[in-house]
Amino acid sequence: MSVWAATFLPALVRREHASLVAAMLAPAAALGMAIILNLGLYVLIGRDPAAVLYAMLLEPFLSWASFAEVLLKAGPLLLIAQGLAIGFRAKVFNIGAEGQFILGAIFASAIPVWFPQATGQWIWPLMLLLGAVGGALWASITAFWRVRLNANEILVSLMLSLVAAQVLNYLLLGPWKDPAGFNFPQSVMFQSDAVMPTLIAGTRVNVSLLITLALSLVAWVFMQRSFMGYKLKVGGLAPRAAGYAGFSEGRAIWLSLLIGGLVAGLAGAAEVAGPLGQLQRSISTGYGYAAIIVAYLGGLHPIGIIFSALFMAVLYIGGDNAMVSANLPIAAVRVFQGSLLLAYLVAVAFVRYRIEWRRPYHRSQP
Amino acid sequence: MNAVEFIISGMLAAATPFLLAALGELVVERAGVLNLGVEGLMALGAVLAFIVVYHGGGHLLGFVAAGLGSAVLSLVFAVLALGFRANQVATGLAIGILGQGLSALFGKSYESLTVKGLPRLAFPGLSEIPVVGRLFVQDVVVWLSLAATFAIWAMFAYTRVGLVVRAIGENPKAAHAIGYPVIAIRVAAIAFGGMMAGFAGAYAAAVYTPLWADGMIAGRGWIAIALVVFGTWLAGRIFLGACLFGAVSLMSLAAQATGLDVPSQLLSSLPYLVTIIVLGVISADRRLLRLNGVASLGEPFER
Repeated sequence: MSVWAATFLPALVRREHASLVAAMLAPAAALGMAIILNLGLYVLIGRDPAAVLYAMLLEPFLSWASFAEVLLKAGPLLLIAQGLAIGFRAKVFNIGAEGQFILGAIFASAIPVWFPQATGQWIWPLMLLLGAVGGALWASITAFWRVRLNANEILVSLMLSLVAAQVLNYLLLGPWKDPAGFNFPQSVMFQSDAVMPTLIAGTRVNVSLLITLALSLVAWVFMQRSFMGYKLKVGGLAPRAAGYAGFSEGRAIWLSLLIGGLVAGLAGAAEVAGPLGQLQRSISTGYGYAAIIVAYLGGLHPIGIIFSALFMAVLYIGGDNAMVSANLPIAAVRVFQGSLLLAYLVAVAFVRYRIEWRRPYHRSQP
Repeated sequence: MNAVEFIISGMLAAATPFLLAALGELVVERAGVLNLGVEGLMALGAVLAFIVVYHGGGHLLGFVAAGLGSAVLSLVFAVLALGFRANQVATGLAIGILGQGLSALFGKSYESLTVKGLPRLAFPGLSEIPVVGRLFVQDVVVWLSLAATFAIWAMFAYTRVGLVVRAIGENPKAAHAIGYPVIAIRVAAIAFGGMMAGFAGAYAAAVYTPLWADGMIAGRGWIAIALVVFGTWLAGRIFLGACLFGAVSLMSLAAQATGLDVPSQLLSSLPYLVTIIVLGVISADRRLLRLNGVASLGEPFER
């Protein structure tokens, strides 16, 4: 078996230099692969692939109104993914952004729910601030568990997301339920000062888009230009070297999780203080999980993430379109997301390695 | 039936989805691979088994379909994580998302439909004991998963295959140098883990709560991964952990039935909270983890 494998199976040989062009082409190649695979799936389940393709990937660009919805959807994905990418680069796998997002939405909603009569332009900024604090607090549980108790942050942050969903349910079915809401699990509609001003007239795009873009710039400066960002990257690439250089692992974990929680919480606040205008059960359609894919697809790079967030938003809006016009089940979007990340991981392998059809023993090792 | 009897009677059945998935993940992790896609693998197995059973294919065929389907999906993980040396965390998450998406897609027209579960078989003699005897009246899958626990424990403790898998997880380079096919054995372990996750999902959807609902796995795959840590990579302790979670999930049901004045959402999140707490307690004992942990877990193998 092993002789056969060594002789006939291609071997991956690490490239001396990974080319930047190849790294930038990888997401496009992944997208192509994912589209082909998923079109095949649509044929299998008896949908018209051309109609799906049109509705999913073209229609969102064809009218200003639908493109504005794409921008709106891209906001939370972009924000969360920027935070996650910083952690992923430090090899801190916070996959509980969903829960941090929910806590952010809950914290932000506290003001309009408790003070529905309050007025003034200070309300929505304070809500955003509270949301960020809420997300960071939720993430700090994971950080404490990881740093002090040595527990795996993947499992803890995910479990906390499941708990967060129950906390949201509790509030919406209990103390925060709108008494005049016909028993729907949702809060009262917020007063107008608790909703951010619109940025582009005639659409739902609000000022949070500017905040998100500004924070993307901050993320770029932090990761590419600051010493702290450098320390995080070294910690992720070479933990032992980081240890010898005196970079504290505990601090890197705290920082990664707090940044991730902060922006996820901010994104949650921006949803309730933005397009929704109330706290609902469906505040998140899996943003926290989709943002993981956005972060990877953007190469964990602040600029790349802007593009991948836009694309993921197109997929969400286009998926809704395809559900209406091509009768595509909405679960197909999740299938697309999963296969897109898989395709990206394959594409990235080709950036890092080249394929060699010979016995690797004698070739690659001196 | 009072609450205690209810828990004694149902604990093993409630534990079985956790147990099957965790035993599979145990073998995968012992071989040095971290597959975080268990939740999605379980979801796929669940929907496949449900569809087969719903259309009259029977439970045996349902479990076979679930085991095969999830094993195939886990082989996609194997190709990426081993073949392309992709980041195992990212690959596992992708497989998880894909599996959950596929299960929702396939299960769309079966939402809220039900099937018949399996009859319970009494263990002769032991089932006559008052109160505790209820523990010995279980369906065939529960009995088989107890046997699987024992078999996997014995495999790692006493057999050559078990030692080879452990060696590959501890030090793949050394295992390769003395001639063991590291990649082939890891692929086999991953496929086995996928199959077990498929069985776990099949049990959840076609036996334990024989009804289809999207998202019905509800974090049980993730708890199964946590169980491997709780059990410090030992089959016997994983079994005890699974029983704990079986009891906890029943306790929340029993408490809701008795009308205890606690929000139902708190009871529903009890398994997640217990996971977080136990994970903290066990992991804080760093010596324990180092002693039993798998040295090369999650690291790609390059010869």
